[in-house]
Amino acid sequence: MEKFTSLTSVAAPLPLVNIDTDMIIPKQFLKTVKRTGLKAGLFYELRTDEQGNPKDFVLDEPAYKDAKILVTGDNFGCGSSREHAPWALLDQGIRCVIAPSFADIFYNNCFKNGILPIALPQEQVDMLMDDARRGSNAVVSVDLENQEIKGPDGGTITFEVDAHRKHCLLNGLDDIGLTFEKAEHIDQFEAKRKATQPWL
Amino acid sequence: MSNPRTLFDKIWDNHVVHRQDDGTCLLYIDRHLVHEVTSPQAFEGLRMTGRKVRRPENTLAVPDHNVPTSGRAQGIADEESRIQVETLSRNCEEFGVQLFGMNDIRQGVVHIIGPEQGFTLPGMTIVCGDSHTATHGAFGSLAFGIGTSEVEHVLATQTLIQKPAKNMRITVEGDLLPGVTAKDMILHIIGVIGTAGGTGYVIEYAGEAMRKLSMEGRMTICNMSIEAGARAGLIAPDETTFEYIKGRPLAPKAGNWEQAVAYWKTLPSDAGAKYDKEIVVQAADIEPQVTWGTSPEDVVGISAFVPAPSDGRDANKKSAIERSLDYMGLKAGQRVQDIIIDKVFIGSCTNGRIEDLREVARIAKGRKVAESVYAMIVPGSGLVKLQAEEEGLDEIFIEAGFDWREPGCSMCLAMNADRLSPGERCASTSNRNFEGRQGRGGRTHLLSPAMAAAAAIAGHLADVRDYE
Repeated sequence: MEKFTSLTSVAAPLPLVNIDTDMIIPKQFLKTVKRTGLKAGLFYELRTDEQGNPKDFVLDEPAYKDAKILVTGDNFGCGSSREHAPWALLDQGIRCVIAPSFADIFYNNCFKNGILPIALPQEQVDMLMDDARRGSNAVVSVDLENQEIKGPDGGTITFEVDAHRKHCLLNGLDDIGLTFEKAEHIDQFEAKRKATQPWL
Repeated sequence: MSNPRTLFDKIWDNHVVHRQDDGTCLLYIDRHLVHEVTSPQAFEGLRMTGRKVRRPENTLAVPDHNVPTSGRAQGIADEESRIQVETLSRNCEEFGVQLFGMNDIRQGVVHIIGPEQGFTLPGMTIVCGDSHTATHGAFGSLAFGIGTSEVEHVLATQTLIQKPAKNMRITVEGDLLPGVTAKDMILHIIGVIGTAGGTGYVIEYAGEAMRKLSMEGRMTICNMSIEAGARAGLIAPDETTFEYIKGRPLAPKAGNWEQAVAYWKTLPSDAGAKYDKEIVVQAADIEPQVTWGTSPEDVVGISAFVPAPSDGRDANKKSAIERSLDYMGLKAGQRVQDIIIDKVFIGSCTNGRIEDLREVARIAKGRKVAESVYAMIVPGSGLVKLQAEEEGLDEIFIEAGFDWREPGCSMCLAMNADRLSPGERCASTSNRNFEGRQGRGGRTHLLSPAMAAAAAIAGHLADVRDYE
């Protein structure tokens, strides 16, 4: 997993609430057996008409095509557990999503892929949304170490992030590797479980 | 004496392998269900790092999302779907995981087969790369959906890195009115708390109306916890639970059975256990429900009217209602029962079990599906299909004009060939009415199996109580 330390980029505005994972990446793109190349399916139905021709969409506008930050509405990522959603965002180049709230599974999946999801109060998201609407003039900086966002006019917003997740993201750590270090604890747990719950 | 604990607290405490100072836990996972869509990249990860599946005997795999629901003898026509299903078979063989293949009578929707086999038991931790894993919470097991990275983590270590969720209790007091089912209860609850109302919580469902539900009804309730934002739903195990489990292929056998039941009886929440949030709903307030919009919280009673953007609680919700009405092709103030439908889908992990099919048969018997409607019934598993046929339900369905199909996820998410065309409107017993969920441009109305049967016959959304 690629580390996340700090990021400076244009932020793209996507002011919709309850953006679900079917909207982030529809089912026909879930048939892959790979993690890569999913950009083609990202926001497919918002991005194309029924014939597959491009229609106006924020991430295809010249000002936002290289945006690494997405500012969006409440309950982002609700719905299914498909990790294809963060894979597709990552393939597009998005490394940070800012919203008033996230669905739990999506939120968790982001951290496994080097994407930082930031939940902020609605008023602060509204401010960043206004900044994002200013196109390529509006550059936003996200600093994970100091848990700070700096807007284009120099204002600073602080954000919360779980300490363990922050540590993993800053260092690009692989969860499975960390867990293998605790193999002895797992062995002990299994031995106890076998003795007390033999039906399992 | 220790503090009173909730059902969730007890299961959690029983599965902590290691706790860090910041509260992050390594949690042991008892059962892992695997399907073809969210697992290929996880197995590939194991292969690349030379890792094994730690507990193949606690892992069970089945293809369900991509499988065709007719003409199975011809295999899978869509090449990508076929490759994904074949990849699952190959991975299971290589890593020693048990698989119920497409032509196995035990094949079915992953959340139907776990309980059916006795793979799902009270007090367990259960995961699957699928958000509807919450279904298994009906047994008093902590069950939740995970992403593919976590699927790989569980395959390799039989554990997950987690922090405890908050406790919410939703109590439904009193008795349900006639014609009202578990599906109506959970849709109503989602309407009350909202689609993000359960975010960060595990919901324990309680109260008289919940206790009186069958295991199948309880599974419908817990299944849609994720539509309320909660990763998991729980219902305390009781005699109904034990009766359902007893004798299933993977259930504890004589000798172990008594010991297991004695343990399961210790699981219900202690008197005085603390919940971070409590919601109380009166059963008598619930009438048969149907969704009108593109979020499961967009739900009303069948005698109601389509809301207007001005009914939204804030600017965001107002514009969301406007967008939903436009997508759904509906007008504010329109009578819900006047909404004409083109298709009916009966099935899914929410409502693809035998009791659901009996409900449909009860309404459909001696009646005909409206000529303008195509109505399909997709049983949740091969064993559900077999049982329905043994009970003669298939004859009632076919006589009434329903299409009786093979088991799978089918048009719940339209990953196989079963899907809506743009603008088509469907009465569906599934769990999500998102834009494009059942096919691009398709319009979904979520409802109970009995309500879906009534809609199929009427040709429009209808009140099942007029068909009893």
